[in-house]
Amino acid sequence: MLWYLMKRLCLSVIIIVMAVGALFIMLHSIPGDPVSIALGPRATPEVQAAYAAKMHLDKPIYYQFFIFLGDVAQGDLGVDVFSNRPVALTLGEQLPYTIALAVAALGWAIAIGIPLGCLSAIWPNSWIDRVTGILSVGTIALPSFLVSIWSILLFSITLRWMPVIGAGDEGDIVDQLYHLVLPAFAVGLGWVGYLARMVRASMLEVMGENYIRSARAFGLPPARIVFRYALPVAVLPTITLIGVGFGGLLSGTVFAEIIFSRPGVGRIIYDMVLARNFPVVQGAVLVTIALYVVVTLIADLLVSWLDPRVRDTF
Amino acid sequence: MSEIHSDPPAGAAPAPEKAYSVRAEKLGLFLRNPMGMFGLILVIMFFVSAIFAPVFATHDPLALDIPARMAGPSADHWAGTDQLGRDTYSRVLYGGRVALKVAMIGVSVALITGLVLGMLAGFGPRWLDNFLLLVFDTIRSFPTVVLALAAVALLGPSMELVLAIVIVTTIPGYARLARTSTLALKNTEFILAERSLGASTARILFVHIMPNVIGPMLILAAMDVPVVVTIEAGLSFLGLGVQPPTASWGTILNEGYLIIRDTPWMVIAGGIPLVLTTLGFTFLGEALRDVFDPKLRRGQ
Repeated sequence: MLWYLMKRLCLSVIIIVMAVGALFIMLHSIPGDPVSIALGPRATPEVQAAYAAKMHLDKPIYYQFFIFLGDVAQGDLGVDVFSNRPVALTLGEQLPYTIALAVAALGWAIAIGIPLGCLSAIWPNSWIDRVTGILSVGTIALPSFLVSIWSILLFSITLRWMPVIGAGDEGDIVDQLYHLVLPAFAVGLGWVGYLARMVRASMLEVMGENYIRSARAFGLPPARIVFRYALPVAVLPTITLIGVGFGGLLSGTVFAEIIFSRPGVGRIIYDMVLARNFPVVQGAVLVTIALYVVVTLIADLLVSWLDPRVRDTF
Repeated sequence: MSEIHSDPPAGAAPAPEKAYSVRAEKLGLFLRNPMGMFGLILVIMFFVSAIFAPVFATHDPLALDIPARMAGPSADHWAGTDQLGRDTYSRVLYGGRVALKVAMIGVSVALITGLVLGMLAGFGPRWLDNFLLLVFDTIRSFPTVVLALAAVALLGPSMELVLAIVIVTTIPGYARLARTSTLALKNTEFILAERSLGASTARILFVHIMPNVIGPMLILAAMDVPVVVTIEAGLSFLGLGVQPPTASWGTILNEGYLIIRDTPWMVIAGGIPLVLTTLGFTFLGEALRDVFDPKLRRGQ
């Protein structure tokens, strides 16, 4: 287990370093000189020189890269070009909103999707299986940003049940949850169908195994067979998929944050791209990638903890 | 994830006179699949409406008619008009052309690149395999939109950039599939025989492995079209893709979203073709997969 953990951790670190490297090369291959892009065309040569020295832009690129890596390792993501605030501080404020949205979206998708998948695997070709099948393909085919727009149109503008924008008043938990409902619905909808399909497929496979047949032969109650013996095994591939699909989920939260005008990391990236505030973009993209890598890591570790077979094949 | 591979032609291949009937049987299976047929009809509609957009359009998609702005559907404007009085129905038709272009170019370039990289990873030395897998994992660790935002920040929005993003983010999917299939074929007897006859690596890869790998990849390509179309629409919606005044489903949705309190018709008209296209390709891809490669069902 420890060996597996070590290998997996090393891989995560390598992926983060590669991603940071790719991002760094991209940011430094902008046509033109980063100083004039950061400061605008009207900066005086003295200001430009001071900025270049401060950001180590007068040093060779590999030197800059290691400086940047070193800073990141110390939790320093650089400074906002406009406000001079540390980027890490800004992101620290925004990250909880993004995580809350991602967790809420995934949470309701798991709460609905996994039972649906189970039910349709227990009674294949029943009406519930058919409805789930059509529903899951349908929800997978609906782009989440379209769900966001259409749900605003339906629930906020036409029916006036839900607030349109913002994340609710600070400190007022009920209001914040109220503002979370529509974005979480939009981001999670595609996942309901996705999870239902995955759980259905792996449940069908597990239900055909010999040990399930034996359990039936021993006369165990069907509910016990399904929930105690089949589901924990069937859910393993789904955990991996949630980890891998988390990047897609983050893309969904970016759209939801922009459309619903919620604070969050995705929105910060979008706003700062438009404002050409590169240190913030760099830091926020880095945090997003790290978030993704950590989630896949947790998913993999969870699976290997639950399923000893995985540890040996890694 | 289960190993995915097509049947190798040697040994398992049916007798020649039977091959025809197998093909006919598969065609029959496909024709009897209602979801597949529904998908096929939607896909044909997508192609026809995009290719013949000038024929079906009732107005010039760029012609302004300010007095008639933000109107609802009428006999003259079937889907209403936008904030500048342009005909939404015609703009949606022309938007389909953008989607078609991005989907066709993006999917085919990604498919070919992914195929070659995946076969190299599967057939080449171990270090190359490990390196390519690491690169794919790194690409996958960027959420698509975040990658697109970073790229647009540097290069400015354009359709070419959308294409590049689509290609880069979808290559790993094809490459992984090609790699798994290649690994499964690598040590089969017919490849071994070919190698002992002195065939070059290129010959083995392109003449013997590729035909066995390409089938599942084409199905994946059909199922990838919705992803690609959605990325284009999503980026254009954010103003990072196709630029106004060019009509794209994303720009129509963007403009419609800004005036959503005045008229709901634009976000409805801009969204419906997007949903129909994604549904069509998803149904078609699933039906093709069920008929031709039931094994792929678990892999995806």
